[in-house]
Amino acid sequence: MLVIEGITKTFQDRPVVDDFSLTVPENGFTVLIGPSGCGKSTLFDLLMGAQPMETGRIRWRDEAVPDLRLLAAYMQQSDLLLPWLGLADNACLPADIAGVPGDRSRQRIRRLFERLGLGGFESHLPAMVSGGMRQRCALARTLMFERDLVLLDEPLSALDAITRRNLQQMLRLLKTDFGQTILMVTHDIDEALLLADELLVLTPLPMRICDRIAIEVPQPRRTEDSRLVAIKHRVLAMLQEEGGQP
Amino acid sequence: MNRSLMLPVGILLALAGLWEAGSRLSGLPDFILPPPSRILQVAVGNAPQLLPHAGITLVEILAGILLALAVAVPLAVVMFARPSLEKALAPFLVASQAIPVFALAPLLVIWLGYGLASKILMAAVIIFFPITVSLLEGFKSCDPSYRVLFNLMGAGFRQTLRRLYWPWALPYFFAGLRVGVSVATIGAVIGEWIGAQQGLGYLMIQSNARLKTDWVFAAILWLSMMGLALWHAVGWLERHCLAWKNFSDKPFRGGTNR
Repeated sequence: MLVIEGITKTFQDRPVVDDFSLTVPENGFTVLIGPSGCGKSTLFDLLMGAQPMETGRIRWRDEAVPDLRLLAAYMQQSDLLLPWLGLADNACLPADIAGVPGDRSRQRIRRLFERLGLGGFESHLPAMVSGGMRQRCALARTLMFERDLVLLDEPLSALDAITRRNLQQMLRLLKTDFGQTILMVTHDIDEALLLADELLVLTPLPMRICDRIAIEVPQPRRTEDSRLVAIKHRVLAMLQEEGGQP
Repeated sequence: MNRSLMLPVGILLALAGLWEAGSRLSGLPDFILPPPSRILQVAVGNAPQLLPHAGITLVEILAGILLALAVAVPLAVVMFARPSLEKALAPFLVASQAIPVFALAPLLVIWLGYGLASKILMAAVIIFFPITVSLLEGFKSCDPSYRVLFNLMGAGFRQTLRRLYWPWALPYFFAGLRVGVSVATIGAVIGEWIGAQQGLGYLMIQSNARLKTDWVFAAILWLSMMGLALWHAVGWLERHCLAWKNFSDKPFRGGTNR
């Protein structure tokens, strides 16, 4: 279980994150949804140690940790593939850096690529494939971190609607097939409803949780499902009340 | 003929034609302005005498490039790794380029003698600056998001240097190397002018003293050919090392979109 307690961050005397607390259950898929610029990415920066937090504590599996830098895998909006490496070499980077023997990581990446529909593209350079394939490769790289906790920072927001829909199902694999605990931020309500076990609605600055919704609709979900539509209306009303647009 | 070569060759032939005509019509003696046909005749016809000198100069340039690389690459890495060191060293680096090489040449000949060493050092002094500065700029230009990614993967500086910074900075490195090799001849030749017993610079000084201007031009022609050859060698190496850029420079046009 990931427990975040009382995180605070101020920029130029303006609180961006104010006494923010959150609990993500083991093997849970928790999604934070909030208006653009509400401080979601700042929160991730604080969690990953890219920026120092002023106050707050992080606990992972009952152990206090300074940040999640070496505990969590992180996937961002940009695929961040190295243009000079083939897709398989890109995906194997975390394993190569960790000193995992090359043949072991290559075997694993072959299986992963087959699973993610990238089979046969192992040696292709990132510039030779589509944005969706690059993002799937970034997902494979995230899995190669071999960490039980995954932070996803709007990982699909740069993709077109169809590619996005396909990849949303693949993100679920992180939980169902790889048993990982996921904390994701997005501003896409439909994406949040399709993926989340628990949805946390955020306010504009300073960021705080204004609603917490457990989504118990079984997978696979459809956005037209009346229960999801009802939750969507509730989230939109909440965001409107708080004065932000997702 | 390759179309990209047609224009420069055309310009060269036109200039040579003008020069040839001007030289013949003006009636100037060969020791003041020899016609290109005469220069070509000396450069090719006396190749057995010129080539050993060209070989010496080429060795000085190549050794100067290697020495410059041996200094510039670690220096750029250290300055990138320790920004405080960059601040401390920057004034010395700039000062090293502000001093004219003509001023350094006699000193280097006194310290290192009339042999190859002083010329190699002269060439290296000229080359190392553009390589250091370009490489450092290349390292610094690395997208911070990639640095964060490598940090999250637990990569130390050495691993990040090998897998991220170095490949990222390679295009900058080659840009610096191209500038370096194109000016490398200056260092070697100046060194030979000041004190040498062989080399194209030495041959130019000797020929100049005997008013053999056609030989001076023939030496310049060989120097130019060497400079061009080095430029193209670096270009070939760059294309070989940066083959991935051929794909990255072209936007994705589909075909494997799944």
